[in-house]
Amino acid sequence: MKKIILCVVLLVIVTVFSGTLSSCGANRETLNLFNWGAYMSQGDDGLMDVVGEFEKEFGIKVNEQYFDSNEQMYSKLISGSAEFDLLIPSEYMIARLIEEDRLEPLNFAAIPNYEYIDDAYKGSTWGYDSEDKYSVPYTWGLVGLAYNTKQITEPVDSWDMLWNEKYKDKILMFFNPRDCFGIAQKRLGYSMNSTSRDELDAAAEELKKQRPLVSAYIQDEMMEKMISGESYLTPCFAGDGVTIMDSNEDVNVVFPKEGYNIFVDAMVIPKGAKNKANAEKFINFINRPEVALNNILYIQYSTPHTEAYKNLPEEIKSNKIIYPDGETIARAEGFKHLPKETSDYMDDLWQEIKFGN
Amino acid sequence: MIGLRNKTKLTSAPYIVWMAAFIIVPLAMIIFFAFTREDGTPTIDNIIGIGRWLRVFWNSFCLAFLSTAICLVIAYPMAYALSRSKVKKQRTLLVLITLPMWMSFLLKTYALMTLLEDTGIINNLLRMIGLGPYHMINTSGAVVFGMVYDFLPFMILPLYTVMIKIDHSLLEAADDLGANNRKTLMKIVLPLSLPGIISGITMVFVPSVSSFVISRFLGGSKIELIGDLIEYNFIQKHNPHIGSALSLILMIVILILMGIMNTFDDEEIGEMLI
Amino acid sequence: MTRTKKTYTFLVFAFLYAPIVVFIFYSFNQSKSRSNFTGFSLRWYIELMQNDRIISALQNTLVVAVLSALAATLLGTAASLGITALKKAPRALIMNITYLPILNPEIVTGISLMLLFVAAGTFLGISLGFWSVLIAHITFNIPYVILNVMPKIRQTDKNIIDAAMDLGCSAPQAFFKVMLPEITPGIASGALMAFTLSFDNFVISYFTLGSDGFTTLPVNIYTSTRRGLSLEYNALFAILFVTVLIFLILMGIADNKAASKNPNSAKQIRLRN
Repeated sequence: MKKIILCVVLLVIVTVFSGTLSSCGANRETLNLFNWGAYMSQGDDGLMDVVGEFEKEFGIKVNEQYFDSNEQMYSKLISGSAEFDLLIPSEYMIARLIEEDRLEPLNFAAIPNYEYIDDAYKGSTWGYDSEDKYSVPYTWGLVGLAYNTKQITEPVDSWDMLWNEKYKDKILMFFNPRDCFGIAQKRLGYSMNSTSRDELDAAAEELKKQRPLVSAYIQDEMMEKMISGESYLTPCFAGDGVTIMDSNEDVNVVFPKEGYNIFVDAMVIPKGAKNKANAEKFINFINRPEVALNNILYIQYSTPHTEAYKNLPEEIKSNKIIYPDGETIARAEGFKHLPKETSDYMDDLWQEIKFGN
Repeated sequence: MIGLRNKTKLTSAPYIVWMAAFIIVPLAMIIFFAFTREDGTPTIDNIIGIGRWLRVFWNSFCLAFLSTAICLVIAYPMAYALSRSKVKKQRTLLVLITLPMWMSFLLKTYALMTLLEDTGIINNLLRMIGLGPYHMINTSGAVVFGMVYDFLPFMILPLYTVMIKIDHSLLEAADDLGANNRKTLMKIVLPLSLPGIISGITMVFVPSVSSFVISRFLGGSKIELIGDLIEYNFIQKHNPHIGSALSLILMIVILILMGIMNTFDDEEIGEMLI
Repeated sequence: MTRTKKTYTFLVFAFLYAPIVVFIFYSFNQSKSRSNFTGFSLRWYIELMQNDRIISALQNTLVVAVLSALAATLLGTAASLGITALKKAPRALIMNITYLPILNPEIVTGISLMLLFVAAGTFLGISLGFWSVLIAHITFNIPYVILNVMPKIRQTDKNIIDAAMDLGCSAPQAFFKVMLPEITPGIASGALMAFTLSFDNFVISYFTLGSDGFTTLPVNIYTSTRRGLSLEYNALFAILFVTVLIFLILMGIADNKAASKNPNSAKQIRLRN
């Protein structure tokens, strides 16, 4: 009896430690990457394992951690519990980080592949990084409304569908305040960047009314629920919508008439990053044309990389959900970094909606 | 002998240092954060502000009470049956109860989701026999179901531990003296198993009331518990002051409840937790 | 057992095992889906073997579980001996504090340690990671060791220790030769409990992790659910299920042997469980 236990314990210890020691034995170069979940090709479907290739070529160990909202990323960053070298937040969060002096200027001499990035998505064009000092765009896209065409036969062209009593318990909603408020504000005909308390209150009122109809507030899990047919309606990032459509042909994605969000996610280096040079190597690596192509084929978002775009298969380039026409883009609105007072107020309203009495 | 006793005492020194550093200091930090603002000035606004979240507190305690009660009702006869079966069989059954505790509780809860969904396994089975579908996922019921499922073994085990210690001859004596089954249960088994009931309640109630995983997987972040609110204030939004105030109140309420419960039993708490 | 009893036991077990059966069943699915079985395949077992992220998370989890169980067992056993020797008032005080991590919700323990680690880390210029998770797990485990060992110490007859010392044993000798064998069952079950609790702990790891890429299996599972949990995890836990089952059966056989050799110990084993 004792011998069995002893043997098992020893066996476990030996196997476990042999593995760990070999992996952390040498003082290897590292890179702590903080990214959205499933937002980089991991070697599925015959595509390149981006992180793995980078590790092999440069001998740098990449520690990837994930967040599911810009706010969560920000929270972890300022909590002091972590030290990251590379982040991929959205434009409005980048503007906030720049304003609060939390980013390192990039050494563009180490990122020659920056030349492939389309000016249309750069910080100076958008205003989130006015001198293009801190960021390298990674993806862009629109927020659309995905719905199951088999279950919903009426025409879908408005955010009103997310408030339709008929589809109670079949509606999904984002897990974070900014995206939810954006939808409610657009539906009411307001700007997504409104600082008016009255407009925010009105939007919150709508979200409160919607709450009983919502099945779940989730982020990436919406893909699975839409694919399986469990849910019928969800707002989604266009790239995720396309991923859903690939697996469930009943699903369609539309861009509601009231307007919707357009976003750019870009790579930035937080202030004081210990492995800044490694982070720049990584940014340069991921913008190599063939790497960028593989990566964008996996995540299916829209790419700001001119060479990768050129080499995309024709059917993707002509996909109006990923690469919408000018008119569709013109109806979209980007998020701006809100004054602290407004974002605190929005957060307060959000907690009231989710947890309030 | 006195010298030996003193030397023996010293062996607890490393633990006492550890305990001070990693139990007492962290709790002091919670208290500090709960009573300060972002700039470090003292305030009681964080605590007063909790009045806003009464619904979440009420909800959490109701759901946790309900799941604890259901666990007790299911576990009591189970533990009793277990303690009365043959020794060899007991061992097998015990293994069968311990085994699920080794499986990742996240994975099990996730599997419950695939069971309870509208297009999930239960509804698919029901459809085959022409019933349903019933909407179960993302309701309070689903959250309670998840709590009962996840924590049931923690109710069965302490009950079993006390019941097995009940002397058979006591029951036989009661029988000989003419007590019927019900009377034996009420007068002998129940009082003697009280310590097990108390530790079982503790071990189910505390994790239930503070869970945030179950409410997220099975409640769709729509059925919100205190755990969700605390998690929100630490992970989604960095506000350790509000988060600490919530944690402090939760902790105090739980300790008071446990204190009240333990007045029913004179054994030291914890003693029966094992 | 009567028929109702049997049916009842069966139903409870059916309830406990239904989700486990479900996730093991779907580990053999050909497609990615966890609710639509398209055909039998070992695909996920093969992919699991090649998934470095899951394997290293498993290793991390085991490292933390083994180290924290060992440390907690050492600290906890020593503490139990010392605490028993204390006078009543200090003993009661220490025991009440010891219960705190057990009575406190995990989320409170987790965030309180996080607050401490962040403050200490800022002061010392280090960020959270392996060390903070390990310390948190040890802290969480010690009380369970103490609660397993203390009763055994109390049950031990003080007179045999005195007798051993009268017969010329030094204090350490008396401890290792007389006391230790008596309390070993308590130490063993405390260590096992610590290992089990640490292995499946999610909440405390979740709040005390850093950015150095050190994650444990439960945290990995939690963050992966966002994209729909890969069936590789089902495969992993199916393997684990069989492993633990075999281990428990072996232990049962050994117990039975011991029981048939010494009929008295059967009762002891039961009590220990």
